[in-house]
Amino acid sequence: MGKKKDEDGPSRLGVSRRGFFKLMGAGAVVSVAKTGSAVESAAGVIKPVEMTKIKLFINGRSHRLLVEPRWSLLFVLREKLGLTGTKVGCERGECGACTVLIDGLPRYACMTLAVEAVDKEITTLEGLMKGEELGPVQQAFLEHDAFQCGYCTPGQIMAVEGLLRSNPNPSLEEIRHAVSGNLCRCGTYAHIFKAAQRAAELRRG
Amino acid sequence: MMREERETPKPWKKTEVIGKPIPRVDAYDRVSGSAIYPSDISLPDMLYGAILRCPHAHAKVLNIDSREAEKMPGVMAVIKVGTNGPDVEWPYLRGLKTKLFDPHCRHEGEEVAAVAAESPYQAWDAIKAIKVKYEILPFVADERKALESGAPAVHEGGNRSGETQIYERGNVERGFAEADVVLEETYRTESELHTPMELHGCVAKWNGDRLTVWESTQGVYGVQARVAEVLGLPLVNVRVIGSYMGGGFGSKLQAGKYTIVAALLAKKTGRAVKMFLTREETFLCVGNRPASNMTLKAGVKRGGVLTALEFSCIGTGGAYPAGGTSLVDWLVRDLYQCPNVRTKLTDVYINAGPSRPCRAPGHPQGAWALEQMIDALAETIKMDPVELRLKNIPLYSQAREGNPPYTSTGLKECLEQGSKAFGWKEALRKAFEANTRGGTIRRGVGMASGLWVAGGGGPPCTIIIRLFSDGSVNLNMGASDIGTGTKTVMAMVVSEELGVPVNNIQIEHADTGTTQYATPSGGSKTVPTEAPAVRAAALHVKQQLLEMAGRELKTEAGQLNLKNGEILSIIDPTKKIKISGLSELKRQGVILGVGYRGPNPDKKVVNPFAAQFCEVEVNIQTGEVKVLRFLAAQESGRVMNRLTYENQVVGGVTWGVGLAMTESRILDAKQTGKMVNRNWHDYKIPTALDVPAEVISLPIEPEDTEANTTGAKGLGEPVTIPTAAAIANAVYHAIGIRITGTPINPLTLSPLFSARRKEG
Repeated sequence: MGKKKDEDGPSRLGVSRRGFFKLMGAGAVVSVAKTGSAVESAAGVIKPVEMTKIKLFINGRSHRLLVEPRWSLLFVLREKLGLTGTKVGCERGECGACTVLIDGLPRYACMTLAVEAVDKEITTLEGLMKGEELGPVQQAFLEHDAFQCGYCTPGQIMAVEGLLRSNPNPSLEEIRHAVSGNLCRCGTYAHIFKAAQRAAELRRG
Repeated sequence: MMREERETPKPWKKTEVIGKPIPRVDAYDRVSGSAIYPSDISLPDMLYGAILRCPHAHAKVLNIDSREAEKMPGVMAVIKVGTNGPDVEWPYLRGLKTKLFDPHCRHEGEEVAAVAAESPYQAWDAIKAIKVKYEILPFVADERKALESGAPAVHEGGNRSGETQIYERGNVERGFAEADVVLEETYRTESELHTPMELHGCVAKWNGDRLTVWESTQGVYGVQARVAEVLGLPLVNVRVIGSYMGGGFGSKLQAGKYTIVAALLAKKTGRAVKMFLTREETFLCVGNRPASNMTLKAGVKRGGVLTALEFSCIGTGGAYPAGGTSLVDWLVRDLYQCPNVRTKLTDVYINAGPSRPCRAPGHPQGAWALEQMIDALAETIKMDPVELRLKNIPLYSQAREGNPPYTSTGLKECLEQGSKAFGWKEALRKAFEANTRGGTIRRGVGMASGLWVAGGGGPPCTIIIRLFSDGSVNLNMGASDIGTGTKTVMAMVVSEELGVPVNNIQIEHADTGTTQYATPSGGSKTVPTEAPAVRAAALHVKQQLLEMAGRELKTEAGQLNLKNGEILSIIDPTKKIKISGLSELKRQGVILGVGYRGPNPDKKVVNPFAAQFCEVEVNIQTGEVKVLRFLAAQESGRVMNRLTYENQVVGGVTWGVGLAMTESRILDAKQTGKMVNRNWHDYKIPTALDVPAEVISLPIEPEDTEANTTGAKGLGEPVTIPTAAAIANAVYHAIGIRITGTPINPLTLSPLFSARRKEG
């Protein structure tokens, strides 16, 4: 968990409930009435809102964007900026495939609105590269074959990167906890643990 | 090109590359983010699709009103029940067809309408604005009740999905009469969902009447065939590309309705459409491993010889024919020598999403029953469970016509070497000693065996290899690399034969427009299917290369050898030339080699075998179970790449932990029929905290010269077959309570502990 906390609540899951309502404005979220009838109502539809100008600071580059306030950081990264190293697995904070670093801490980009990522330093998988050269965590995942299909891998790598930035010499248990919010359906966890240990070595040089 | 007769290459003896722990050839792409998966595709002027699905377990669409949705900002097309174009039908097994958007929704999540809009947010706004009036019908959501009289019918004609399947050999009544001990038990495994990390879906784009689909799939040619069939297009007008894909486990062997929906929306709007499902939809609509309700009766003599096995299973493929009991009885039929066997499989319909093949269909369920039963028999006759299994090793396939022998069967070696490496006897003794001291933490060890009905691969498969004038190589194959390391293994085969470093091999694959025909990557058959064809293609290149060098060196090709990019005479060491120095190759630009997968050996069976061992800790107060260590002895023929091999072992064991301990689809069978745990919070797949920190892989490598020209058999599926049963046996050893239903977790264990405490 983060050292730094948002005023509005927990940092890992991005926006808090209170923060969300503040952003959307009270009238924008229509309450859903359960009628019990078999007719599916049109309730719950969020009215289109004006686009908002924001500036995001990603991998050392600044991006000026027009976004809808409801757009997730994940959507903006992948579909608007083409930074597809960050993957989409669930869009509801279950799997960690979209993990990025926000001010150095691992966060789920699907649970973070683009508008709340303003003024923060965002690092994605692409940001770990040094030109065409892999970063140490990426190199360790390559050496230890710490993936199969590779789709959860960017998130796993970012979780390990975040861990090593705050704890350069983690124990096995600390590694297991650090990646426990990142599902790997291919089930390669045992190799991920080894890669994380190797990454710690590589970073120490 | 004519397929000329070529000599079958001899088995490899000593290998330079094959078997080594070489990192994947596409590892850089996958860890750097440069690999483009289908869900990463973004095309100019692309729209986003979304699907409205029936929220009821069983309903009829009476009326659908999309007028409001069609007027919403960004919405470019709506298609729905009754208006989805020229008779688009969706085929199931056994000739059953429904409309793509069928007014009769037989399961929660059936497709009712779809939208294409400028953003996915707008598409979902529109989906929510479509008003549907349903007639809600009575449902059946429990396969055990589907055949009861008065059960609501999923299809006209009742809830039986096909005929009951009976298999019989010998005489089970006589077998039970000959037995010293007969046990009977019922078992149940819950339904599992595949939920691969990359969502199911595609991007579809038309150029006139030609369609290109970028799909997350295990087999591009399978998707091409289905799309062409459903839309009535020539095969060549459908190009399917899927070079990277984020996991499938059997659920992406075929096109989905979503593929057709994307194509129809793209046609209607004249724009590319990206259509990826939400995670929730993947829980409802794109397959599952069916629940299995099994009864097994078994007879054994005091000396450990099995005399009879009688097995029955009721299962369901969901609302449509989908093989709900497929292969559940195979291990009972073929894992152990047994003269008298009878099995009965009953497949029924229920109002739930159709199943799809799921990593070793039927086998982990069958192993859950059979391997717990073997454990119970061993205890009853006071025999070590490893020894009991060793007494019943099959010498040939008893369940197949004509009792064909196996090309190799390593079951005995898996059991013997696996138990030795695990320290089985010692672990049994230590656990016993620890438990006699009492306390809340109890220790247990358990083991189980398995085989996989397939895993030998076979034709068809064509590979093309191009050797360029500088000695670098391009490999062209149609197969998908679903994460098992297929590309890497194939590059290693080329490297072995041509001496080209794997980094100098570029692979083009999984594209119906540009790569060779291939069957889908599934059934643990990809390596044994593709690798022999790759070897043949490499040897075809080598033969032409030596002939070319022979002309330049003015010597017989038969006297030449290829080593480290150089062709040398075996007789006269001064006669040598580098590949890059061949003037004929420079002029010609390329040598093209073609390889085909030859036939499998006649009247022989190619199956992988396994034995797995584990140690667990059970907290008898909380019901928490920890898997402390795990050893998998796998006989899958030759190990092609030690690194990716071990990774498959780790992954298969993780899947078994899921079946045994964490995964269970829950349908609200009494009130709504709906699935109540349609997300990864409520449906739990194993996390980093649920698996043993280390899984020891012990490859058993008999020399199999008959299976195919590489000696490799499949691994991905066999490695998950015995796992759950091994864990169940270890839990029994720890606590003395036989858990016959999955999952084994605090919820299922703690009531058993309190009941036991009450009984004193």
